[in-house]
Amino acid sequence: MSFLSVSDVSMAFRIKGNGSFLALDSVSMDVAGNEFVCLIGHSGCGKSTLLNLIAGLLLPTAGEIRCDGKAVRGPGPDRAMVFQSHALLPWMTCFENVHLAVKQVFSTLSAAQMKDKVEEALRLVHLDHAMHKYPYEISGGMKQRVGIARALAAAPQVLLLDEPFGALDALTRASLQDELVRIVESIRSTVVMVTHDIDEAILLSDRIVMMTNGPAARIGDVLKIDLPRPRDRVALAANPQYAAHREYLLKFLYQKQRA
Amino acid sequence: MNVRRFLGRPWVASLAIFVVFVAVWQVLTAGGSGGPGALDPEYARLAGQSAAVQQTGAIPPPTAVAARGWELLVNAFDRSNPNNLGIAWHLLQSLGRVLLGFALALIVAVPLGFALGLFPAVHQALNPFIQVLRPISPLAWMPLALYIFRDSGISAIFIIFICALWPMLINTAVGAANVRQEWVNVSRVFGLDAFQHVTRIIFPASVPMIMTGVRISVGIAWFVIVAAEMVGAQSGVGYFIWNEWNNLQLSSMIVAIVLIGLIGLGLDVGLAWIGARLSFRE
Ligand SMILES: Nc1ncnc2c1ncn2[C@@H]1O[C@H](COP(=O)(O)OP(=O)(O)O)[C@@H](O)[C@H]1O
Ligand SMILES: [Mg+2]
Repeated sequence: MSFLSVSDVSMAFRIKGNGSFLALDSVSMDVAGNEFVCLIGHSGCGKSTLLNLIAGLLLPTAGEIRCDGKAVRGPGPDRAMVFQSHALLPWMTCFENVHLAVKQVFSTLSAAQMKDKVEEALRLVHLDHAMHKYPYEISGGMKQRVGIARALAAAPQVLLLDEPFGALDALTRASLQDELVRIVESIRSTVVMVTHDIDEAILLSDRIVMMTNGPAARIGDVLKIDLPRPRDRVALAANPQYAAHREYLLKFLYQKQRA
Repeated sequence: MNVRRFLGRPWVASLAIFVVFVAVWQVLTAGGSGGPGALDPEYARLAGQSAAVQQTGAIPPPTAVAARGWELLVNAFDRSNPNNLGIAWHLLQSLGRVLLGFALALIVAVPLGFALGLFPAVHQALNPFIQVLRPISPLAWMPLALYIFRDSGISAIFIIFICALWPMLINTAVGAANVRQEWVNVSRVFGLDAFQHVTRIIFPASVPMIMTGVRISVGIAWFVIVAAEMVGAQSGVGYFIWNEWNNLQLSSMIVAIVLIGLIGLGLDVGLAWIGARLSFRE
């Protein structure tokens, strides 16, 4: 039984002047509860567009998206998003940024209970020590962790991540990926994540959805990743199954879908 | 002390320019003050009676201005003669009018600016009026204001209101309309209601633009108050300058002009500082 379903979704953007640009053409995919799915594809193929449609930030020109049995008609904290550009509000401390989400979702809690929730979320990403700092006072990796804490604090049914580690250096990215693995395994939430990093996709996913190049992008292929969890990046490097997955994805991206 | 390093300081050059300027001024004006015979007839007509009786019709030398400046500053807060108040009272009067007119403009400009920036329909409806009203020199309203309010002080405040309104209104509208999409998306994803959206996202995001508008508005208001007070007012620095002109006290006028400049600079620096404190950092 799928928890999140995207059925025959097309998205055409209006272009200034006249005409329209068909970004997605009849895309269908299903995500099971507690499943971690990565969307992978070349830059500009429509990954963010598909994620924004699931978030409800965009409405499809055709087709339907259902989440937990209900049609998606707009954005909501049940599909919390981690943005590529961290999107923290610079006039709020890390605590206040997370608190903003908690206050919307758990409006019936007392002030003390809300505070606990915020601190718990920041502890989960190991940022409780920087709680009262402003975004400009912390590093890019730390900002992205606050963004993750903010989304998790909303206790979403589906966690959406749009290339959350794209702007980070390789070492910071690796440590955040490991943290995300640990967090996702502990809370068992449904996750849809956009990436263009093959290793990241294999490390994190239960399934990888490969998108064809736009315009009119579609889903080109789907790869199931059966590697045992918990996964360890060092151990995986020697795993022949890992190498096979990697080759499969490379072939799709660089032979079938040349950029 | 390293002489070359001393000479390299930027303020040394500024000081040198100032000294040269004052020296040239002194040389040009010392001694050769034109007596009544040297009076330009056009100038005599403009200055009226006083020109004829005044002995020192020419531009005063800097020494005389400095002496007069000292005199004015020593008696700045003098209020023993209600017809001849100290210059500080006039400056405070002008500042008070600027502050009042500006505050009224702020109260109107910020909410209206948000409405313009957030609702395209409001923008479309009001834009023609804004475009027509904005280019009108605030002083063009003065006679009408005097007729309506029958009070030169209130009229001056009204003029300040008019001229301070536009920069803040337009900056607020532009700021509110161009809040970064990612912040708007955060607001939408986490389900902020309209009130929270405006107070916690749109307003803080627009503060830098609003504060730029505030700085421009106060700068213009400080420009305009001098002119507004020359028309009919009985107090304020504009009145002071006009009055000293009628008395042919050129030294006093020059002192007042310098003070206007220094206060304008102080306002701008102060507002820049406040703006930086209120604006978010990235
Ligand atoms: N608001 C928009 N208006 C017009 N075209 C858009 C808009 N958003 C995205 N597109 C186009 O849709 C395509 C897919 O964009 P996007 O989903 O951002 O790609 P990706 O995230 O895979 O890099 C691109 O060609 C992009 O130019
Ligand atoms: Mg993208």
